Amino acid sequence: MVARVQVPKEAKRGEVIRVGILIQHPMETGYRLDSANQKVPKNAIRKFSCRYNGVEIFSAEMSPGIAANPFLQFPTVAAESGTLEFSWVDDNGEQGSAAEPIRVT
Amino acid sequence: MKRRDFLAVPLTLLPAAAFAQSREDFFNSFDPDAMVKSVTGGGAAKRGRVKLELPLLADNGNSVPMKVTVESPMTEQDHVKTIRLLSERNPERGMAVFHLGPRAGLAEITSRVRLAGTQRVVALAEMSDGSLWMGTADVVVTLSACVDGAG
Repeated sequence: MVARVQVPKEAKRGEVIRVGILIQHPMETGYRLDSANQKVPKNAIRKFSCRYNGVEIFSAEMSPGIAANPFLQFPTVAAESGTLEFSWVDDNGEQGSAAEPIRVT
Repeated sequence: MKRRDFLAVPLTLLPAAAFAQSREDFFNSFDPDAMVKSVTGGGAAKRGRVKLELPLLADNGNSVPMKVTVESPMTEQDHVKTIRLLSERNPERGMAVFHLGPRAGLAEITSRVRLAGTQRVVALAEMSDGSLWMGTADVVVTLSACVDGAG
C-alpha cells in the first residue's frame, strides 16, 4: 500500500506541527458490486497509528465511513529530532507502513 | 394558459419559507443524544467545545471534507482523549475514532468522510476527566455514497 506523508522537514522545539498522510486504499464498503455483479467484500483500514520516536502520539480506528484513499491530518508538538513512523492494517490483515524524519531545532 | 405560466404556479404557491422549514424539520429528526448514548452505553454529552466542520452542501457523498476541532488546553491534566464521528444514515454508525493525547498540542483532525445521504453528523469528544462533549453539523448530500451497489 502506497502512502504519501506530509511532515515539515524542520520545526522549532515546542511548535505544533501538522502531520498529514494519504494512503492508497479503496476502503471497500461491502455494498459495491463488481463487473460480474458480485458484492465486493468489505475491506477498510481498521487501525492506523503514528509513533514519534517510538511513542504513540496518534491512532485511529476507521471504517468504510472514511472516504477511499483515506486522508488524515493531525497535530503534534515537535519534541525532538527523529522519525515519525506510521503503520496501518486493513480488514484483510494487510499491513502498511511509512516513515518520515523530522529535524527539531 | 401558457405552459410557462402553468409551470410557474407551484413556485408561487409554495413560499420559500416552507422549504426552509421542512429542511430544519428534517435535520431535527436526527437525535444526536440518542446516537451518543448508543455508543457510550447511556452517558450523555454536553453541547459545546466541539466544532465539526462539513460543507453545507456535498455534491459527492463518497468524499466529503471534514474537520473537527475541540477546545482544550491539551495539557497532561486536561486533554482530549478520543474524538468519535457518528452517523445515523450510514450503514455503520461509528465512522471513525481518533485517539489523541497531550502530545498533540492541539485537538484538530482533518479527514474525508463518506456520507450515505443528507444528515446531521455528530462529533463526540471524551476529555481526560471523563466528560463528554459533542458538536453537530448538518450536511445536504446530493449524491449519496453507495449503499445500493450502483457505482
